[in-house]
Amino acid sequence: MNIQHINVKFYIQNPESVSLESYNKIFNTWIQTHRTEEMLVDVADYLHVHHGPGIMLIGHEANYSLDNTEGRLGLLYNRKLQENGSNEEKLAQAFRAVLTAAQILEKENDLQINTKEVQVILNDRFLFPNTEETFKTLKPDFKNFFDKLYNGDAYTFERNTESRQRFILDVKADSAPSTESLLEHLPAIAESVHA
Amino acid sequence: MKASNPLWQKQVFESAPEEFIREIETYETEIQLRKQGKMDEKVFAESRLRRGAYGQRYDNGQRWDGTETQTLPFPSSSTELTKGMNTVWDAPGMQRIKVPYGGMNPKQLEVMADLAEEYSDNIAHVTTRQDFQLHFIHIDDTPALLRRLASVGMTTREACGNSVRNITGCPFSGVCSTESFDVTPYADALTFFLLGHPDIQDFGRKFKIAFSGCRDEACGLVNMHDMGAIGVKRIIDGVEKRGFELYVGGGLGTVPHQAKLFADFVSEEELLPTTQAISRVFARLGEKKNRNRARVKFLVAQLGIEEFKRLVTEERAILTEDPRWTAYLSNLNKLDETPLRPAGKLAEDTPRPEGFDNWYKTNIWNQKQENYSTVTIALPLGDITPNQLRALADIARTYTNGTIRTTVDQNIVLRWISNADLIEVYSALKAVGLGNAGAGTIVDITSCPGTDTCKLGISASRGLAGELKKRLAEKSHTLDEAVQDLHIKVSGCFNSCGQHHISDLGFFGVSRRSGNYTVPHFQVVLGGEWTHNGGSYGLAVGAVPAKRIPEVVERLTGRYVAERQKGEHFKEFIQRVGKVEIKKLIDDLTKLPTHDEDPSLFTDWGDSREYTIGDIGVGECAGEVVSHAEFGLLAAERQAFEAQIALDEKQYQRAGELAYLSMKQAVKTLVQEQFYDVPDDNDRVAEEFRTRFYDTKIFWDEYAGGKFGHYYLRAHEKSNESYSPDEAHRRVEEALLVIEAAHTCYGKLLATKNTVKPFGI
Repeated sequence: MNIQHINVKFYIQNPESVSLESYNKIFNTWIQTHRTEEMLVDVADYLHVHHGPGIMLIGHEANYSLDNTEGRLGLLYNRKLQENGSNEEKLAQAFRAVLTAAQILEKENDLQINTKEVQVILNDRFLFPNTEETFKTLKPDFKNFFDKLYNGDAYTFERNTESRQRFILDVKADSAPSTESLLEHLPAIAESVHA
Repeated sequence: MKASNPLWQKQVFESAPEEFIREIETYETEIQLRKQGKMDEKVFAESRLRRGAYGQRYDNGQRWDGTETQTLPFPSSSTELTKGMNTVWDAPGMQRIKVPYGGMNPKQLEVMADLAEEYSDNIAHVTTRQDFQLHFIHIDDTPALLRRLASVGMTTREACGNSVRNITGCPFSGVCSTESFDVTPYADALTFFLLGHPDIQDFGRKFKIAFSGCRDEACGLVNMHDMGAIGVKRIIDGVEKRGFELYVGGGLGTVPHQAKLFADFVSEEELLPTTQAISRVFARLGEKKNRNRARVKFLVAQLGIEEFKRLVTEERAILTEDPRWTAYLSNLNKLDETPLRPAGKLAEDTPRPEGFDNWYKTNIWNQKQENYSTVTIALPLGDITPNQLRALADIARTYTNGTIRTTVDQNIVLRWISNADLIEVYSALKAVGLGNAGAGTIVDITSCPGTDTCKLGISASRGLAGELKKRLAEKSHTLDEAVQDLHIKVSGCFNSCGQHHISDLGFFGVSRRSGNYTVPHFQVVLGGEWTHNGGSYGLAVGAVPAKRIPEVVERLTGRYVAERQKGEHFKEFIQRVGKVEIKKLIDDLTKLPTHDEDPSLFTDWGDSREYTIGDIGVGECAGEVVSHAEFGLLAAERQAFEAQIALDEKQYQRAGELAYLSMKQAVKTLVQEQFYDVPDDNDRVAEEFRTRFYDTKIFWDEYAGGKFGHYYLRAHEKSNESYSPDEAHRRVEEALLVIEAAHTCYGKLLATKNTVKPFGI
């Protein structure tokens, strides 16, 4: 199964002290200064919506957002364009993007990332139905990837079994490595990953 | 884009109507043809619009980032592939989805949720015409998206473009105690009769239809539609017959028109053929070249209602009989709704959850069926998340037979809730953030997308609406009752998608120059009427910087509370106090400080970027000097305001004359930028304006083209004629727009340094 349209969400450690309104300006600055590998297009503000997508940085290849789905604030990366490469490489690409953004936000702004928990979503119901079969098929790929990411530290993952949801994997680690450390342990990505 | 797109193409949807799928296949072919360069971009653009695939802001590949205009390097830019004029293929767009009369079921809500997650930005948006919209959609994803909608009986066909748009209907039809009868089956029949009908394929512009079950309420907004139908009953030969009071030629847009009565009774058998005949007359005689005069309201105004009726009657007589005209009448009850749960009373002894009483007061509509209610879910700015949509689908299944409708004030209603279930329903809604009170009150603000996503937006209507909502909600419990029931509506530009003309307090986006900066403003529109199907339209009283609009609301509502007479509605209060007084009340707010004094005014609500239109540098000599042109434009505004006063005083001739003079003053000011000593002769000013600004297109608006210049030139041609009340009203509206256009044009002149010989011929 060739995974595509990977979403990765790292939760925010200190949601109560994050001034979400300020991220309108911060994300606009990211567009001005081309802070990501992806081409950035616009900022969309949905802070008025209960448990909504928060504040979004809309890109061509991917969106970034401070997402508040289910009332849990997190930094979400949503890969829209297809990619080449192995499943491990595509997971590594998505994690590299979100962790790089997380590092910038941690260094320059008021938020801290909780690396003990991460959510992976495959954003295509046709290709990745939220079933046990999909889970079984993809489990080895996920295991290989998280073994490397957490570098031997203990972790568990679980599928969200609500049938109407997309394929969602909730990953919990015992330790909380730094974003730098996670980036260091990401598998290498071949040049040809981007389609 | 989506890896699954080719797979959806092969998927068989047994539940999808065949014609929907055929249409999608045609569209897919056109996408391929366009990609291969075998289809003209203009033709493709109209074609995709007729599938609801609309452009979105920045789709020309340019975006102001607060410092400079950046080119957005979409991959397709290098191939020059476009999906319309100046519209980059890869740039995200908006997808509009038709929801006839707002009727939906739980399965459709769930599909909407899935689409918002997989293709859009995790938000589904309810519009002011009961549609849904999804934003930031790639055009390559649209066929798959359309197939998934078709699988639950939904279509985007003719959701945009020059065609019959979503047919709207009162969301309380069938459960409302003031209606003559349930108009739902008629709205449904007309929707599917006209969908893709050959007689509606050759319109010069869009055509909007609305249904209402009664005259007095607001729900159908019949008066502001190209065609509006109000259900009425009549005794004919001793038998009660159903029919419709039919109106034509209404519309908001840049210059609002009240619909004219076409017939006081069109029988149910004649509804479809009469509409077909109207469509054929509109297609044949409606304007085609000048889009700005192409709505049916202009045709009705030009021909006069009697001649229009004569032509339609003549056309009706020669139509070939179509069995569909009446076939649906034998099955009128097919859409009838039934309750899922037994009727019951609200339990008096059950503890009420926090917030229930306020919610009950504003969000519950008593149905004519005893002990049942329609519950309004007040959506903030019309936005709802995928998880909320699914939760709503569950609630609809648990407590009703899936009876859901969207509304023109961007909310959703659940019909047939047993009063015995209201506490449970409230708790379920509240748990997912859908239990907000205040539906239909001052906090329930309607707004078009504005500069957030709309290509035409001038100011941030959603940003303003959000800010007003936040401030008003914070003090909603202390607001005077007279203020609670007011309606606020916001449009991002003069095109009225936020329906600002029919609210107590309406705002539409404009801009003003201040030195070398452009400042976001909103025109304040007062005295419109929401009830009586959008019974009357308000008029603008002045442009105020966007950031000061909350203060405008504060002052106007404060004065209303302090000085209103017993039982006096806001519209009546505005009329009694008069626009001169009202203008005085907000006059100080219109004065702009310099950028250095208060830079906050130079940004818009919800947008951190400095608001400016481009590449104008801050020159050392620019200073804050008020130029001759700015004074000239100010004089024009003053005359336009006097014209409004004359209109209020029913001095129609004087109002029309002043309106014309204000336009002349505005364009003369521009002419003086090139020919300072132009004589103050009406004909000469018109001639100079035409050759220097109209024919050269310098005065043209990027999107509206020559419309505003045409308003002035037509007013000049007719300046010696007398003015009827309608014409005077329209002339005043047009004058305001011409002056706005003159401001914009002057800004462009400054920006491009396009002034030629300021003091010579």
